[in-house]
Amino acid sequence: MTTNEVTTPIESEPARETNYLNATTGIMSWLGTLDHKRIGVMYLVSVLMSFFVAGLFAMVIRIELMWPGETIIDQDTYNQMFTLHGAIMVFLVLIPSVPASLGNFVLPIMLGAKDVAFPRLNLFSYYLWVTGAVMAVAAILFGGVDTGWTFYVPYSTTGVDDRGAMDGVFFLTMAVFVLGFSSIFTGLNFIVTIHRLRPPGMTWFKMPLFLWAIYATGILQVMATPVIGITVLLLAVERTVGIGIFDPSLGGDPILFQHFFWFYSHPAVYIMILPPMGIISELISVHSHKHIFGYRFIAFSSVAIAIFSFLVWGHHMFVSSQSPLLNVVFSAITFSVAIPSAVKVFNWLATLYKGSISLNTPMLYALSFIFLFTIAGLTGLPLAVIATDIHLHDTYFVVAHFHYTMMGGALTGMLGGIHHWWPKITGRMYSEVWGRIACGLVFVGFNVTFFTQFVLGSLGMPRRYHDYSGPGWAQETTDLFHSLHFVSTMGSFIMALGFFLTAGYLIHSLFRGRRAPANPWGGRSLEWQCPSPPPVYNFAEPPHVGDCYDFSVLEWDEQEQGYHWRRDLAHDAGEA
Amino acid sequence: MSHADAHPDFLRHHFHTPKQQFEAGKLGMWLFLATEVLLFGGLFCGYAVWRGNHPEMFKYGSQFLETKWGAINTAVLITSSLTMAAAVTAAQRDNRRALVTLLSLTLAGALVFLGIKYIEYSHKFHEGWFPGMKFYEKPDLQHAKTWDHSKPIIGNEPFTAAAGATGQASQSAAPTRGGPEAEPSTVALAAIGPAGLRPGALEPPQPAHDDHAEAHTTHPLQDPQRPRNAHMFFNIYFMMTGLHGLHVLGGVLLLSWLIIGAVKGRFSAQYFTPVDLGGLYWHVVDLIWIFLFPLFYLI
Repeated sequence: MTTNEVTTPIESEPARETNYLNATTGIMSWLGTLDHKRIGVMYLVSVLMSFFVAGLFAMVIRIELMWPGETIIDQDTYNQMFTLHGAIMVFLVLIPSVPASLGNFVLPIMLGAKDVAFPRLNLFSYYLWVTGAVMAVAAILFGGVDTGWTFYVPYSTTGVDDRGAMDGVFFLTMAVFVLGFSSIFTGLNFIVTIHRLRPPGMTWFKMPLFLWAIYATGILQVMATPVIGITVLLLAVERTVGIGIFDPSLGGDPILFQHFFWFYSHPAVYIMILPPMGIISELISVHSHKHIFGYRFIAFSSVAIAIFSFLVWGHHMFVSSQSPLLNVVFSAITFSVAIPSAVKVFNWLATLYKGSISLNTPMLYALSFIFLFTIAGLTGLPLAVIATDIHLHDTYFVVAHFHYTMMGGALTGMLGGIHHWWPKITGRMYSEVWGRIACGLVFVGFNVTFFTQFVLGSLGMPRRYHDYSGPGWAQETTDLFHSLHFVSTMGSFIMALGFFLTAGYLIHSLFRGRRAPANPWGGRSLEWQCPSPPPVYNFAEPPHVGDCYDFSVLEWDEQEQGYHWRRDLAHDAGEA
Repeated sequence: MSHADAHPDFLRHHFHTPKQQFEAGKLGMWLFLATEVLLFGGLFCGYAVWRGNHPEMFKYGSQFLETKWGAINTAVLITSSLTMAAAVTAAQRDNRRALVTLLSLTLAGALVFLGIKYIEYSHKFHEGWFPGMKFYEKPDLQHAKTWDHSKPIIGNEPFTAAAGATGQASQSAAPTRGGPEAEPSTVALAAIGPAGLRPGALEPPQPAHDDHAEAHTTHPLQDPQRPRNAHMFFNIYFMMTGLHGLHVLGGVLLLSWLIIGAVKGRFSAQYFTPVDLGGLYWHVVDLIWIFLFPLFYLI
């Protein structure tokens, strides 16, 4: 980050204490670090870079769809674009996003611990991620992938003349295998850390809710990911050698692949959404300066969602010749996921009620999350109803629905978390004005982009089509879809502008931002008790553990531009 | 840190007590083993589905596995699990000599297992039971004892639409799919739902092999009783035992590392975590084999 030596602080500013950023210098001190904070930062940078790449693919897709007919790319390139967009966003961005980056940084500090339980495993899982990313790049170089991110058989087993081909599909499936183990080790590390490294006095029900979410996510990562591991391994062997387990032309069962795939990939969407939900629980409470409402319900709802998520994979397969009885059962269980999700939303709203709400940038993202996630959840219901799903299956309605959960939910939550902990991670404050503007742009752009797609989908626009004109398309249908796609693409430009603005002011803050106080928002969990940025071992002395949503012990310090412990309680707090 | 002098060498800085470190390691290992079981769980599930879809393949194929070798391997692995458990106790009792001996015995068990697996695999390769279809045509049939040059290869061809539609390509006893009057389709028929829906599923199953003597006089590839794609049985056999074999290989590396540590005296009654965790891993590898053995060799 900075090249300043410890011994030569910038003259105009007070000398900073040694922290995790400046304790050691040089590129090797980062690449070989065991410090969970540095690993978290490396994850954050890597994940955001992948997000940028996959976002570019998305923009190519959107521009192609702006006009009927071939606009900028042909259909084969289009197939590769949506495959890479999906695969990178899912496996390289969303699954590691919050747990591996923000979770890595914040989790041990929230526990008052020096590090995660297995620091070397933590670094190893980062390098597994890097290996997976390199293999994904190799997949692009070795001819690309056009199977869709789901690798459905027979798309993924045909199209090669010679079965021994080490081509894009092979590399991408093996990348998913490696990335899966990266995710497993992260989840395993966090579960053990939460079990064994909680400080004295912090019982399970005194943990910040973010940790409950990370814990539930860890269970999903550990229990679901091995199944995708063996699935993609079998798929890679099927493609290269031809063992006949999935490929119907060899006597295999392609539906078995779908079962295997969704047995992981449905829990995987909760791996993506649960940690951002945990972030929102923190943001809502801290920025409305009010004790979280219904702590235990929120905590248990995370676990409930994790359990339900293992039992609903069949709702992706309603039209795959699955037995009608199974369809009904999966449909019913899918409805029940709405209960713990709604428990969370209502508790957040109740927390806001009569709170002293500060509309800081993180809070705007949190409110935006609640709005978008509610739409995402409600539009999930028509997809869970078998009759309507038959109409909506594989249309833009599905695309819009999962973008509302994955982007409107997971990514918005992550952006909120980045803005919330940015002062803690970098020690700098970003521009609040630009932050609010960018958040507004992303919110508006997102809704313009994807709400339009709900309309497109319910009118019958199929997903994964690069064109909606020509023989078989009525002219008025083409015109209607053209206007809607055009609006949708305009929205994506607004959203892209918001993201570039965000990148701009965040990078600007690294160099020109005001020094961050230890506690700029008035957070009560332990990470706000150590300096910003934290020292290498997080706490010089054991932090004060208590109710992490009891904000009455904090007061605003005008000079420091941050919160600190009330003077009259300072003797309790373990810091002067 | 201020407590550095109170910390034993083996205690990593972010743990407060050896007990905390031990419990963290143990929990982590159990979670990792859960992922291992789930990894194999996918294969077991695939086995069940596949067996349901193609019972004739399994019935035919499994007779070529030698129960003798499988049983010996099972005994070897169970014994090595016993010596591993004893090694953990030896470490807890600070008995370094017993620890080194018992770990070495466990390692010997692992190596014997791999040796026997090598014998089995090479025999299979020799007979032409290669995994996958890419390598299938390549075995050195000239040297197979039962190979008869005057007889054709039977039931070997991958299931193609043309073959399925005409029913001419296969002369095997397996039920042919589709009839001569069926229209050629570009989509291959294959696993058509549950086994009960397969054409010919209602006919009484033909005994794959009444006479064991015949199996040894006819090369499997020339056996007229051979069901279609029978070699696919060996695909899942090689996938499952191969992945298990890789885990045994990992166990060999782990045990070697433990033996080096034990010889150097790294483990004691205060610090035996690696031995304990290595033991857990070894037991799970053993356990998976205990399921693989009956599924392939016995039923």
